Amino acid sequence: MNKEEYTITVYTENQIGLLNRIAIIFSRRKINIDSLNTSPTEVESVHRFTIVINETEDVVRKLCRQIEKQVDVLKAFYNTEDEVVWQEMGLYKVPTDEVAEKVKVERLLRQYGARAVVIRKDYTVFETTGHREETDGLIKALEPYGLIEFVRSARIAVIKDSSGFHEKLKSYESSAPGDELIENEFLNQQEEIFTM
Amino acid sequence: METINEVIEIKAEQTASQFPLQGAEGVEVSGSVAVLEALIAEGVTAIFGYPGGAIMPIYDALYDYETKLNHILVRHEQGGIHAAQGFARASGRTGVVFATSGPGATNLVTGLADAMIDSTPIVCITGQVFAHLLGTDAFQETDVINITTPVTKWNYQVTDATEIPAVLAKAFYIAGSGRPGPVLIDITKNAQLQLFDYKGYTKCEHIRSYRPKPIIRKEYVQEAAALINSAKKPFVIFGQGVILGKAEKEFAAFLEKANLPAAWTIMGMSAIPTDHPLGVGMLGMHGNYGPNVLTNECDVLIAVGMRFDDRVTGRLDKYAKQAKVIHLDIDPSEIDKNVKTTVPVWGDCKETLPLLTELLQANDHSAWLQKFADYAKEEEATCIRPELNPTTEALTMGEVIKTLNELTEGNAIIVTDVGQHQMVACRYAKYNNSKSNVTSGGLGTMGFALPAAIGAKYGAPETTVVAVIGDGGVQMTIQELGTIMQTGIDVKILILNNQFLGMVRQWQELFMEKRYSFTNIQSPDFVKVAAAYNIEGKKISERSELKNALKQMLDHHGSYLLEVMVGKENNVFPMVPQGCSVSEIRLK
Repeated sequence: MNKEEYTITVYTENQIGLLNRIAIIFSRRKINIDSLNTSPTEVESVHRFTIVINETEDVVRKLCRQIEKQVDVLKAFYNTEDEVVWQEMGLYKVPTDEVAEKVKVERLLRQYGARAVVIRKDYTVFETTGHREETDGLIKALEPYGLIEFVRSARIAVIKDSSGFHEKLKSYESSAPGDELIENEFLNQQEEIFTM
Repeated sequence: METINEVIEIKAEQTASQFPLQGAEGVEVSGSVAVLEALIAEGVTAIFGYPGGAIMPIYDALYDYETKLNHILVRHEQGGIHAAQGFARASGRTGVVFATSGPGATNLVTGLADAMIDSTPIVCITGQVFAHLLGTDAFQETDVINITTPVTKWNYQVTDATEIPAVLAKAFYIAGSGRPGPVLIDITKNAQLQLFDYKGYTKCEHIRSYRPKPIIRKEYVQEAAALINSAKKPFVIFGQGVILGKAEKEFAAFLEKANLPAAWTIMGMSAIPTDHPLGVGMLGMHGNYGPNVLTNECDVLIAVGMRFDDRVTGRLDKYAKQAKVIHLDIDPSEIDKNVKTTVPVWGDCKETLPLLTELLQANDHSAWLQKFADYAKEEEATCIRPELNPTTEALTMGEVIKTLNELTEGNAIIVTDVGQHQMVACRYAKYNNSKSNVTSGGLGTMGFALPAAIGAKYGAPETTVVAVIGDGGVQMTIQELGTIMQTGIDVKILILNNQFLGMVRQWQELFMEKRYSFTNIQSPDFVKVAAAYNIEGKKISERSELKNALKQMLDHHGSYLLEVMVGKENNVFPMVPQGCSVSEIRLK
C-alpha cells in the first residue's frame, strides 16, 4: 500500500488533556503530524480536530480506531485529499519599499489571490488562502523581494459528503443508540464512512 | 454513624412528605467525604493505599469511615496497585487505590501500564497539590495527568469539590464497562478540603462520547456461523475477554455444540476448566505443541476475546495464513490490528456467543481433535514427562506445580510473577474455576505476584491463594510482606528458587552462547526474612520433602512462605523462538 495524504477529522468533547491523548496516539507510533487544527463545530460543546498525515490507508484506519477508542472522542473520520474541501492560509511579511517599487510584485500578488493585511512604512503583510501549491508558490515568488517572515496555518477541511453532526449527536446522547450509530462499526468500509 | 448518602435519603423522604414538589436538600460535606461516599455507593470493599501530604484530607475523612470502608495499608504504591489488580482479577470487580501526589503517583505507573495492557478495571485516586500551586514545581508536585495519559483508559484532574460525585461515577463506569481498564482521578488538596452542598451520588450509566459495547451486526454472526459450519478443521483460540465478559458458560456451550477444539492464551486460562475435553492447551511462546503447530493447519481460526499478542502469534507473516479468521471482540480497534480478519464479530461475547451457538450445526470433528491428541502425546514424551517426573537429582519447577495440583485439586487461585516459573505454572497448573489464574500477561511485570496475591485474597476470601514466585521477582516487591504481617491476610508464598534470573538465562544459553550476563542473582535467606515479618516459613531442596512441605504450607493457618530450591539451569520447553513461526516450535 502506498502512502498518501489523509485528512483525519475528529469530533470530541471539549476536554483539557484530550489534545495530548490524541497526539500521543501518533507519537507512540513515530508518525509525524503534518498539520493539526482544533476548532469549534456547528454544534455547541462539540470540538473538532483536523489532522493531516502522510500514511498508508491501513495505518490511518488503525489510527482512527485508536482515536475513536478514547473516552472523550465522539467520532473519527479519515479522508483522502479529493474527498475533502480544504484550505490553508499563509502570511507573508515583506519590506514595503521593495513592494512599492516593483510593479511585478503586485501582479504576482494578484495572481496568487493575496491581499494586504497591514501596510506600514517598513513592512507589509500579505495573506493568501488556498492549497499548499498556492501558498508555497507565493513564497517562491516573494523570496527575491526580501521575504522577511512566512507562516502557514494548519489545514482546515470539510468533508464533501457529510451533512453535519447535529443528527448524529442526538443518537449519541440517547442511551440506547439508534441506527445512526451502526455505521460507526464500518470503519473498514470506506464508502460507509462518508454517510454521516 | 449513617453515611452521608443515607442522611440525604432520610432528608429526601422527610422533604418529600412535607413538600412534595421540592427536591432533596443537600448536606454540606467536604470533597474528601464525597470521595468516600462515592466508594461506598460503588460497593467498594477494599482500598489499597498509602497516605502522604497531598491526600491527607481524604485519609483524615477515612478515619471516621474505618468501619465502612476497608483500607489496606501497603508498603509501596506499586504494591498497592498490583494488589488492586489482583483483587480485580480474582473478584471480577473494580480495584481501588489511594496514593499521594508526586512520588506516590509516579509509583503507580508500572501498575497502570500493567492494568492497561491486561484490561484490568482499576480506579486510582491520587492527591495533588493545591490548585493554585499547579505548575509551580511545588513540593511533591508532578504532572500526573500527562504522565499517566498513555497508560490509563481515562484520567481526570479535579480542582473543585462539586465535581467529585459525578467524576467518580464516571470513573467507575469507564473502568468497569466495555473493555475494562485503569482510570486515574487526581484531586487537588483544596478540592479535598472544600465544603460544598452534596446532593447524593448517582451512578453513571451513559457517556455520550463513549460506547462500551459496539452494536452487534447479525449478518456477521451469520457469516461466522456459516464459516464454522463449513470448516473441516476449525480451531478456537480464546483470551481474557471470555472472563471479563463473564461469558464462561456461553463459551463452553459454544465449544460443545460443534466439538470445537480450543486453546487459551495466558490471560484466557481458567475460563474453562483446564481438564475440559475440548481444551487443547495453551498458545504461545511456551504454550503447548499441538495448538501452536495446528494454528498453521486449521482452516478456520476463531479468536474470542484475545488480541493476537506477538508472544501468541510468533512471526506474523507466517501466522495462520491458510486460515479464514473470525474475530470476536468488544473493542473494534482490535479487529485487523495484528491479524487480518475474514469475519469480524464486534460485540460483547456474552451476547455474540449465544447468537453464534444457535446457528452452529452439531459436529464431530473427531479426526481433527485426534490430531491435537497426537501432538499432545509427542509433547508428553519429550517435554512433559521429564519435567513432571524427572530423573534428575534436582527438583524441577514442574514437579512442584504437579504436587501442588494434587493437593489443591485445581481449586486454588494461583498468582504468578514473571519468568520461567510463570510459564511452568501456567503450563501445568490445574484450574477448575474461572478467574483463578492471576498473572501479569501483557506487560510482564516482575514483582507483580506478591502484592497481587494479597489483593486476590481480598477479592476471593474463601479461596486458597498461592503466589508462585521466582527468586528474582519476589525481591522486587518483598516489602509487601509487611502488608501481610499487619493485615494478617492468609497468602501462601511459594518461591521457586533456581538462583538465576531464569528466563533471561535461558535465552542467554540458547541464543547468546551461554554468556550469562548479570543473571546470576543472590538471594537473602527468604525464610529468615519472612520470620522477621512474623510469617512462618520453610526451605526445602529434596524431593522426599516436597509433598509434606506443600501440605504444611496449605494447611497452615495464616500466611506461609515455602522456598523450594530447584535445578539451576533448567529450561522451559516447548519454545517458539522469537522471530519464528508458531509451527517452528522447538521441543528441546
